[in-house]
Amino acid sequence: MSHEAVLHGDAHGHDDHGHHEHHDTFLTKYVFSQDHKMIAKQFLITGMVWAVLGGLMSVLFRLQLGYPDSTFPFLEDLLGKWGKGGRITPEAYYALVTTHGTVLVFFVLTAGLSGTFANFLIPLQVGARDMASPFMNMLSYWFFFAASIVMLSSMFVETGPFSGGWTAYPPLSALGDASPGSKTGMDLWIISMALFVVSSLLGGLNYIATILNMRTKGMSMTRLPLTIWALFFTAVLGVLSFPVLFSGFILLIFDRNFGTSFYLSDIFVNGVGALPNEGGSAILYQHLFWFLGHPEVYIILLPAMGMVSEILSINSRKPIFGYMAMIGSLFAIAILAFLVWAHHMFVTGLNPFLGSVFVLLTLLIAVPSAIKVFNWLTTLWRGNIRFTPAMLFAIGFVSLFISGGLTGIWLGNSALDIHLHDTYFVIAHFHIVMGVASMFGMFAGIYHWFPKMYGKQLNNTLGYIHFWVTIAGAYLIFWPMHYEGLAGMPRRYYDFSIWESFKQFGELNKFISLVSMIVFMVQLLFLFNFFYSIFKGRKLTNQNPWDATTLEWTAPINPGHGNWVGEIPEVHRWPYDYGKDGVDFIAQTTPVGADESQH
Amino acid sequence: MTMFLTIAVVVLIFVVIFQIAKASEYVSVLKGEEVSRKQNNKINGFLMVVFLVLGLVGVWYCNELLYDKTLLVQDAASVEGARVDSMLWVTLAVTGIVFIATQVVLFVFAYKYQEDTNRKVVFFAHSTKLELIWTVIPAIALTVLVVIGLRNWFLFTGEPPKNAMVVEVTGKQFGWIYRYPGKDGSFGKKYYKNIDNASNSLGLIWDDELAQDDIVMEQTVYLVKGKPVKLVLGSRDVIHDVGLSHFRLKMDAVPGIPTTMWFTPKYTTKEMKELTNNPNFQYEISCDQMCGNGHYSMKGVIEVVDQEEFDAIMAKQKPYYYTAFPEKDPSAAPADTTVVAAVVKNN
Repeated sequence: MSHEAVLHGDAHGHDDHGHHEHHDTFLTKYVFSQDHKMIAKQFLITGMVWAVLGGLMSVLFRLQLGYPDSTFPFLEDLLGKWGKGGRITPEAYYALVTTHGTVLVFFVLTAGLSGTFANFLIPLQVGARDMASPFMNMLSYWFFFAASIVMLSSMFVETGPFSGGWTAYPPLSALGDASPGSKTGMDLWIISMALFVVSSLLGGLNYIATILNMRTKGMSMTRLPLTIWALFFTAVLGVLSFPVLFSGFILLIFDRNFGTSFYLSDIFVNGVGALPNEGGSAILYQHLFWFLGHPEVYIILLPAMGMVSEILSINSRKPIFGYMAMIGSLFAIAILAFLVWAHHMFVTGLNPFLGSVFVLLTLLIAVPSAIKVFNWLTTLWRGNIRFTPAMLFAIGFVSLFISGGLTGIWLGNSALDIHLHDTYFVIAHFHIVMGVASMFGMFAGIYHWFPKMYGKQLNNTLGYIHFWVTIAGAYLIFWPMHYEGLAGMPRRYYDFSIWESFKQFGELNKFISLVSMIVFMVQLLFLFNFFYSIFKGRKLTNQNPWDATTLEWTAPINPGHGNWVGEIPEVHRWPYDYGKDGVDFIAQTTPVGADESQH
Repeated sequence: MTMFLTIAVVVLIFVVIFQIAKASEYVSVLKGEEVSRKQNNKINGFLMVVFLVLGLVGVWYCNELLYDKTLLVQDAASVEGARVDSMLWVTLAVTGIVFIATQVVLFVFAYKYQEDTNRKVVFFAHSTKLELIWTVIPAIALTVLVVIGLRNWFLFTGEPPKNAMVVEVTGKQFGWIYRYPGKDGSFGKKYYKNIDNASNSLGLIWDDELAQDDIVMEQTVYLVKGKPVKLVLGSRDVIHDVGLSHFRLKMDAVPGIPTTMWFTPKYTTKEMKELTNNPNFQYEISCDQMCGNGHYSMKGVIEVVDQEEFDAIMAKQKPYYYTAFPEKDPSAAPADTTVVAAVVKNN
């Protein structure tokens, strides 16, 4: 394949649109494409569709939280029996919350983020014609697509989609009699997730193989851009942890359908009676789930960290501070990611000694995280900052990562977690540090690499509006939630009116819902900018619009399949020679001069 | 109608924003890209400081507005909870300082080092000394927090004091069942297949004599002020969680695997009503683990009373055994109705 791609690149690399590539049919170019760039776009656009759906779901359930006493007739039109009388029913509320979580964590911030940028950037930044296995890469997308279709179809079954929370803890997720969402909806949920795991593994193996084996001449591991390092660790995390989740799901399928008792014991369900299952452990699932679940947080976060490092350095016109420390801290985070899963389980009756080990390891993560933050800040120090929309989102990422990371110190300390666990404090924490921050990383990546993806420019003004409204909105939505958590307000409550302890936040909930709607609208503005610019955006005239050093900007505007015309460029230096010896930037392909200073 | 109006307005706003954005793009082409880029840079650099200042004011204002609605204003209602509170303040102090310092540095740097044609950037790629400083200092701060945290953790999860009373709490979709060991001070055995909603909600094994004096209640559970209590938690169906925000504790209730938690109530419910200035105050048990569609309504109530009151309440309770076997009740036929009355009262 790669040989063919070389020829292909030679012949058609200069072509702007690729219309004349006679052997590429519509089907092989846009649908079953094996070009990593097209697959990246497929991941991105599918991710965007899911982001809109997931965001819309959150707006709908925020409607219930903000206006529990009002009715909205359009809800009945939209949701049918799930919005009876213009009010979201508890069943629908829980289904929306669950699907919002599943979709955003897995489909948007894993597939949409890693799938897009690992596919797009790895070959372009390491200097390869394509992925190690373009065919596997294509399969990876189509498994994701199948997972999407199955998840979507679960919205339309009689008993509703799965509604037991994105973590799908049994026995609730195992017993259709305990919750209608755990019937057919849950079957589809598991099938969808299983397909998704396959997609992630196919992708991850490919990313690792490509980074290790297909680097161009001179591209040693310590000359890789930090994005690639981050994507590498992300892929390793995924490959090692997704199979564990998969095994957990298989046991769950057996418990649901074949009468086994891996997770079930001593259960009496109202209206059904005592179940025959004995001897299982409901907690076992949580160990299997969080063995993926925690690395998953970093699977979401690391690509964002990598891209932010890159964008901060480029737009500060300065080298990233502490390149080796950045790699080291990524490595430390990746290792620790596997050793902290039980901090999600401090209140499950865990052995206290085991709990204490997890406290120690969890808080240890704060050290590499602190290193990263301080290194980013030092990168800005005495730089010459250009506020491109990508740069704004990168700065926003750092701000959010600090805010959300610090509350991790509260929650990782088990004795304090006992109080705050499963309250709105947790919602605030993980939305800021994982959800919104990674989303910011993704936006930064899109704004930065859009010209490379489509050969067009996004509208800057819309980008600025998008950034300022989104960061202000994100803080307005999630910052006050810390206070709700400090009042002990539990997550996943449909209505707080019967609670003497939690009903004092009515006005605040209304405010949060309102802001979330505005923020959602602004995301639509971004999407409009994105799709409008693909077709009608200003054409890119400068091959290297950001004055960056990395290899992807040495490829032609709108590179064909194969990326470079002629030889793949050779690399002579690390990717952060910005401002060296008074020169604005020196591309990685420039040989080291005799009179150049050493760093 | 309002629906369409709202959509129309939103679309209109969209169109206006888009036109402005498009126009600014043309203007930048006319003025020269470089000039307009520099102008944008200035605006965004300025907005960085504005955002920082507004953000910090916002943090303060948010605190003014919401502080009184949190539990921070109240004393923890358990002796152990007070430790959680002090830990919370220490953690807030440490993370608060870091938060303000790093956010200020971030946005001030962004403002201060915005593009300036006269500035020559410093090629500053690494410094072992600096990197060591910000590895070691966080490590030390975290060690302190871990030590405080683990001391509390081992206390909370350790053995309760010898004089602790024991109450069993069982979750079910969607409510709580409480069991006291009765006069003999020991719980009788139970087996989930004996569960019968009408007469044996916990599946007690009646052949076990220890079970025959066990007292079962629903909705409200009574605890004694100043007396440590150990709760033995379980669930009949899915995983629930006993969330006690006023006592600052919580623990999962898992089917098949008993878990425990213990604490010492500090104030009676009456005292809390006065302390919080809220005549409706209740110690609520909130279910804090997603347990199904009724999760949000799975409420229990703890009533903390003093010892005499507690003894008086307990004296009125009949063993659950007599609900299952009314004919064995020594206080004969009329007793039947009193048991029902007691249950009703507890509801």
